[in-house]
Amino acid sequence: MAAIGAGPAPAAIALTAHRRPGTGKIVRETLFYLAVVIVVLIALFPFYWIVRTSLESNSQVSAGVGGANGIVPSHLSGAAYANVFNQQGFLTPLRNSIIVALSTTVVTVVVASLAGYALARLKIRGANAILAFILLAGFFPVLAMIGPLFLLLRYLGALDSIYPLIVVYLVYTLPISTWLLKNFFEQIPSELEDAALTDGATRLQTLRRVVVPVAVPGVFTAGILSFILAWNDFPFAVSFLTSPNNFTAPLAITVFGQGPYQTYYNLIDAAVVIISIPIALLVLFAQRRIVSGLTAGSFR
Amino acid sequence: MSRGTMTVTKGRPAHAGRPRRRRLARLPSPVGHARERSDRRLGYLLVAPVVILLLAVTAYPLIYNVWNSFHFDNLTYGNLPHNWVGVRNYTTIFKSSHWVSALARTLVFTVVTIVFDIVVGLALALMLHRKFRGRGFLRAAVLVPWAVPTVVSAMLWKTMFDPRSGFVDYFLGGIHPAWSSLTWVNFSVWRSWTAIFVADSWKNIPFVAIILLAGLQVIPNDVYEAAKIDGASWWQSFRRVTLPMLKPALSVALIFRTLQALLVFDVIYILTTGGPGNSTQTLSFLNFQTFITDTDFGVGGAMSLVLVILALVVSAVYVRALRPQT
Repeated sequence: MAAIGAGPAPAAIALTAHRRPGTGKIVRETLFYLAVVIVVLIALFPFYWIVRTSLESNSQVSAGVGGANGIVPSHLSGAAYANVFNQQGFLTPLRNSIIVALSTTVVTVVVASLAGYALARLKIRGANAILAFILLAGFFPVLAMIGPLFLLLRYLGALDSIYPLIVVYLVYTLPISTWLLKNFFEQIPSELEDAALTDGATRLQTLRRVVVPVAVPGVFTAGILSFILAWNDFPFAVSFLTSPNNFTAPLAITVFGQGPYQTYYNLIDAAVVIISIPIALLVLFAQRRIVSGLTAGSFR
Repeated sequence: MSRGTMTVTKGRPAHAGRPRRRRLARLPSPVGHARERSDRRLGYLLVAPVVILLLAVTAYPLIYNVWNSFHFDNLTYGNLPHNWVGVRNYTTIFKSSHWVSALARTLVFTVVTIVFDIVVGLALALMLHRKFRGRGFLRAAVLVPWAVPTVVSAMLWKTMFDPRSGFVDYFLGGIHPAWSSLTWVNFSVWRSWTAIFVADSWKNIPFVAIILLAGLQVIPNDVYEAAKIDGASWWQSFRRVTLPMLKPALSVALIFRTLQALLVFDVIYILTTGGPGNSTQTLSFLNFQTFITDTDFGVGGAMSLVLVILALVVSAVYVRALRPQT
């Protein structure tokens, strides 16, 4: 922490560098990089440990950490992964999660793009009230939705099905996506559209020919965030789904590896690794977009 | 909910469309008017799906909860009529020692969490803001804990705190033999809360850092240079320049984290399921149990309304903090 505090703003570094180059700067740089290493370790070492545990055999897990079974265990096995797919049937929950998260993402992207465009460009009366409602909806306590939606789904005979989740998850995805896309459309210069409109194109033609092509990056960002948010849900899944065949992947993990005398963390962690892979890939390839998307909606 | 909406409408000038309105006015006016009218109609059409869908998943449950909270509605006694019971469900929860201690726990957890997360998140944001080799990698590394499902972060820390499979015991035992073979989760109240706190902060501090990083990025560099020329030390320019200019970002991060912490559920469910005893039950967890385990939608509805009011108070502060910005 002291090391982080010692890291001055970029401008300050440049100025001090002029005055006194030498040991002070080297010490400070070293401390800074030390702090960076510590942060990276805190963020990623647990993931290493998860991978390590997932490659252990059941007997290694029973034996516990220590001796030859230390930070790097003496031998590795893929048995837990095979078990997760063969005995536990993890493929079904994975498929369920992919169906739900992708569907929610598609619905979100379409619906939020249209609304975002309208709120940014078309002069609707009460646009600010609508935006405030969307913001508040994003803050609605999830647990306060569960009772009434449970009763509704029970009445409709739609409990223990993944499809209602596609609609329910919109409460996670729509608020941030609509705000993000509204801000995005506001930043696109309106000259192009105005030119098309003056040339006699209708609003819908303009939307399709002029706006959609430039909107791709914004839509993409909203899509990535929506997928992550829908993929990550737990409260709705645990409340509405009862049969293992209908579980989403995060819910399925919670019932894995419960032996009579101990928990088989190699099994749990194999599933944890599998479920984290799509998210980790998204973060690695779209880090910039995610950061800009997270912050665009929040203040400006 | 509508009151919050009203203040926003009054407070924010609708400047977004203004320059274009002037441009349109230069066109032959009938065309401009016709377009404005058809634009508005199209606009409502385009906005309607979002509004309808969000009303369906928020306003509908809200109203249903209000209705339920004044009635008897318990599926365990499915044959009994859903009679009007007045405020009995509310008196039930306020008199219940379970609920009151869950409230106290949730509030303490919220305060401790947000103070810790904001302080560490700010330090992390300052780090991410500095230009150095490997910054992109650090940003991606820090984002991963935020992006994985809460189930993953909770299960991950459950593994880490497990005396047989985790590294916590392994490392602590290496430091001092008396610290090994500790059961962290669901044995001692303090250790259970420590595990929850670690899992929750590990996942959420990155989010705080990213929001604050965006706030740091909009502070112009010449302000720092001016402070430097005036002879300000690093600490002085941090206190007098960075912190005040970071206020909007800080309030956003603060409110988001406050709401998340007030409504904490996933981590609790997976790590401790409220145990040992009831000692890690939070408001959301208790609400879940009342709805899904006890199938009591009357008392559960009353609990939900308290949650909504808490969340609404916090978001009202948020909206207020946002207003002077625009």
